Amino acid sequence: MVDIAAPSATTSFSITIDAARVAFDGVSLFEDLHVTLPAQRWTCLLGASGVGKSTLLRLVAGLLPPESDVTLACDDGQPLAGRCAYMAQQDLLLPWSSVLDNVTLGERLRMGRARPETRERALTLLARVGLADSAQALPSTLSGGMRQRAALVRTLMEDRPVVLMDEPFSALDAITRVRLQELAADLLRGRTVLLVTHDPLEALRLGDHIHVLLGRPARLAAPMTMDGATPRSLHDPAVLNGQADLLERLAGSAAP
Amino acid sequence: MKILRPILVLIGLIAIWQIVVWATDAPFFILPAPLRVAQTLVERFDIIWPHAQITALEIVLGIACGTLVGTLSALVMAYFAPARRWLLPVFVISQAIPVFALAPLLVLWLGYGLVSKVAMATLIIYFPVTSSFFDGLRRTDMGYLDLARTMNASRWTMLTRIRIPAALPAFASGLRVAAAVAPIGAIIGEWVGSSAGLGYLMLHANGRMQIDLLFAALAVLAALAIALYFAVDIILKRILYWMPDTNPSSD
Repeated sequence: MVDIAAPSATTSFSITIDAARVAFDGVSLFEDLHVTLPAQRWTCLLGASGVGKSTLLRLVAGLLPPESDVTLACDDGQPLAGRCAYMAQQDLLLPWSSVLDNVTLGERLRMGRARPETRERALTLLARVGLADSAQALPSTLSGGMRQRAALVRTLMEDRPVVLMDEPFSALDAITRVRLQELAADLLRGRTVLLVTHDPLEALRLGDHIHVLLGRPARLAAPMTMDGATPRSLHDPAVLNGQADLLERLAGSAAP
Repeated sequence: MKILRPILVLIGLIAIWQIVVWATDAPFFILPAPLRVAQTLVERFDIIWPHAQITALEIVLGIACGTLVGTLSALVMAYFAPARRWLLPVFVISQAIPVFALAPLLVLWLGYGLVSKVAMATLIIYFPVTSSFFDGLRRTDMGYLDLARTMNASRWTMLTRIRIPAALPAFASGLRVAAAVAPIGAIIGEWVGSSAGLGYLMLHANGRMQIDLLFAALAVLAALAIALYFAVDIILKRILYWMPDTNPSSD
């Protein structure tokens, strides 16, 4: 069986982010920051609120003018621009469009309308995340978890090798969040993912490499590498120990 | 109850009117009683109706022109920075000059006919339409724009699929104001110089002490304005089907 969620082309490039200095409105956010996003792996960026995680993600997504010294390099020599899909904390579903129109938004924005085969694929993916009956519904009629699942399908519909996620599950309740983490790990397999989060548990369950951003200007400690298949079980000792460890590191850095 | 309530309000207002007539004992050529106005309305309807049609046409054309010019101005100002810098002062000045003061000029330039009244109505609704739509276009949620950028949206689809739909609620507020004030523009235009229309008829009746006819014309004008407002409201509600009504009273 062909996996409808699988990337259409294999991704085999890793990305290097080199930020000598990133300033925003005159305030220095990062100094001397180097992150590598290995191909087809999940890299998690963990940090307290306001540390500049989202700024870094937006830089990678090409959404901020790089007013500072930042180089993004892919080791296949191609530019990164146009190869990233973006998923934000808010689901960003257009309230005036049906779920189906929302998940095919990318093609509608590029070509003016969605082709029948695109709509077909969207319906299959919606069924895969349990939204088959909501394809024609307006986003306002869906629950928070359903909306974020629709946003996940929209991200998949872009079929980009790189997926950038900015705290996509942080507004959800604990149970819905755990389920969505599992769904995302399953559906985004084979893609290179950068996940920004403030939740250590989320990073430990999903990440292959976990970076902690601390201080201002923020610095990166050596990444924590996790083994084994994702999503990791909530009972996994590595997850539980890691959580205590990461929380201590984060709490130690934050102002009381 | 929903249909009954406006009728009750109307009956209440007419009752107050009747009480004032009784209490002041005003002669019919100063303040006619409701019944007399109703009688005149029926008897002289053949005179009032053609005038009402002309005024209605002026108002509808005024709203159409004002909305068209207003939305185009807002789009141009939103999309071209130089246009914004040059048009904004013009826009503010155009609002600083009372439109009523321009009425005699418009009649002088555009004549006694339909055009000067349509121009008046257009001018009077230009500001609310333009400013509301322009504001709406500028306040698109940054998140939507970010998302659209990562999807390589063209400027055109960004406008038609995201910015314009997102601006519609603000635009609707402007259009409701426009529907409410457009009749004022048409009537002022008719007062200053015309040979037809409800405003003309009212002025004419006033000059001949036919106050009952004036009131009858006024009633028709009010009915026109209310019908127009509700028509616009229904259309806007249909366009904004995705906007749930949330009233502070139900908090």
